[in-house]
Amino acid sequence: MDTAALLLSVKLAAATVLILLPAGVLIARFLATHEFPLKPFVEALFALPLVLPPTVLGYYLLVALGADTLPGRWYEWLTGRTLVFTFDGLLVASVIFNLPFAIQPLQRAFEAIPEDVLHAAACCGLTSPQSLWRIELPLIGAGLLTAGVLTFAHTLGEFGVVLMVGGSIPGETKTIAIAIYDRVQGFDMTGAGLMSLLLLVFSIVAIGVTFVASNRRRRHGPGA
Amino acid sequence: MDPAPDGLVARLAQERPIPLAAELACAGGELLALVGPSGSGKSTILRTLAGIYAPHAGTIAVGGETWLDTARGIAVPARLRSVGFVFQHYALFPHLTAQENVMQAMGHLPSAERRERARRLLAQTNLSGLEDRRPARLSGGQQQRVAVARALARDPKVLLLDEPFSAVDQVTREKLHEELATLRRELRIPIVLVTHALDEAMALADRMSILHRGATLQAGLPATLLARPASPLVARLVGLKNIFEAEVVGHEAERGLTLIRWSGQLLEAVHAPQFAVGSRVAWSIPPARILLHRRERPSRGDHENPVAGTVVRCLRLGEATAIALSVVAAERSDLYFSVPTHVAQRNGVEPGARVNVSLLADGIHLMPPATGTGAEG
Repeated sequence: MDTAALLLSVKLAAATVLILLPAGVLIARFLATHEFPLKPFVEALFALPLVLPPTVLGYYLLVALGADTLPGRWYEWLTGRTLVFTFDGLLVASVIFNLPFAIQPLQRAFEAIPEDVLHAAACCGLTSPQSLWRIELPLIGAGLLTAGVLTFAHTLGEFGVVLMVGGSIPGETKTIAIAIYDRVQGFDMTGAGLMSLLLLVFSIVAIGVTFVASNRRRRHGPGA
Repeated sequence: MDPAPDGLVARLAQERPIPLAAELACAGGELLALVGPSGSGKSTILRTLAGIYAPHAGTIAVGGETWLDTARGIAVPARLRSVGFVFQHYALFPHLTAQENVMQAMGHLPSAERRERARRLLAQTNLSGLEDRRPARLSGGQQQRVAVARALARDPKVLLLDEPFSAVDQVTREKLHEELATLRRELRIPIVLVTHALDEAMALADRMSILHRGATLQAGLPATLLARPASPLVARLVGLKNIFEAEVVGHEAERGLTLIRWSGQLLEAVHAPQFAVGSRVAWSIPPARILLHRRERPSRGDHENPVAGTVVRCLRLGEATAIALSVVAAERSDLYFSVPTHVAQRNGVEPGARVNVSLLADGIHLMPPATGTGAEG
């Protein structure tokens, strides 16, 4: 068992969830309540990581975040560190790669809130942030849980993007998925099996939680 | 369109997506019912007043404040309009208790006062003891009361009710009608009620505004609209069935009558000198102004516009019997009226029977003929 890789993966997944959930809430809420001409295009852009081969996304991120690029240079000026082959770069890549896993369940959850409930909030005199905090967030609980669990689980298992952007630097960018691959390459099938089992159990629990959450929502309506 | 200072005045206009050409006025303490068939734009008008729908052009002023003036670029957002809105399906916040629902609308009060005031409002709407229940554990009528309490919690300048009685059973509806009638005596704000149920509007409203395709056709007292509709379309929308066409043959100013010829018969009608002799008019008569003649014994009034006909339908509805009478030689001439069931039985009223009726002259109201608005037939 590569404990350092496991801890790094958990840290990366937790950081991704922490960044992506608030951002996802704002993006999903906007998409759920606004109509504009380029909306299908914007939605497609956020969904792109679902269909794009991870190595392709990783390649473009590597190119975009490199030391010679504007984001890369800006980040180096700000922190003294590079984005590629560091945990920071990995986090940026992970956030981008997980956009659809956070935004889509959240957007569905916001869309499930009856329009008149939002109108009622406005007629009660609630500001937009008050409406979000007091009315909408409690009603999208299941969506938040699904988005969080999917993002966390998906980050733990991600391989292609992580390898492209992060390389495989132990303690810095070597995640559990890469560690499993390394173990297999080194004929340590026991170690690989143990870590695979851990990810398998975690994935089953995660997907189970999201199914239970969405079933509760179907049976009891939003807010249940 | 000159309401008291605490009243509501609105003029709304747009062509699409939903056509609007509405003018409304409602004084403080008055209940105005917006009545019209589905798609007549009544809910859209209510949402426009609340600020949750933005029309292309219009003005809305409530209590001297301008909420909308498209020409001057004024559009106060819904949350700043101080409206109490009761939605058709109540739109309660499902995760909050009745009391918490009501308290959401009390942002204008110091937080220490909110709980007590919410309790008082819930007591006022007969919900004491149910403060801690969530909407899912309340009946339809109770949810409606929470919605009303929440609407009043804002200390609104106008109360807007969007078909608030449509989702409850008949018994509950009648109870809620009584409660609204009681409640409104204490309110000094304009109340606008949207409904497609004419009897509801008649029972609750001080004034009615008849809407069709987003346009105000006629506004006035419910009794006036029933007795003197401005057009055959309004007559139909207020539920009148007896609408026909005739020709003006003369005016008798001294007797307060206008004579019309309807399918060969001369009828005396309420004096309407605006219609020239020889012109076509539409006329209507409320069912209550049609009197059935007794079979054996003629009585007073039998000589007033006597009309003979054949009973084509006869429907017993408990103590009343609804009758459709086909008048000889007149096309599309079925007269609808009802009589107490025992009267129908005593006079042998049954399908196929020949009977005589009087059309009381003071009930015959003349209007310009239908102009082909598509609502005929």
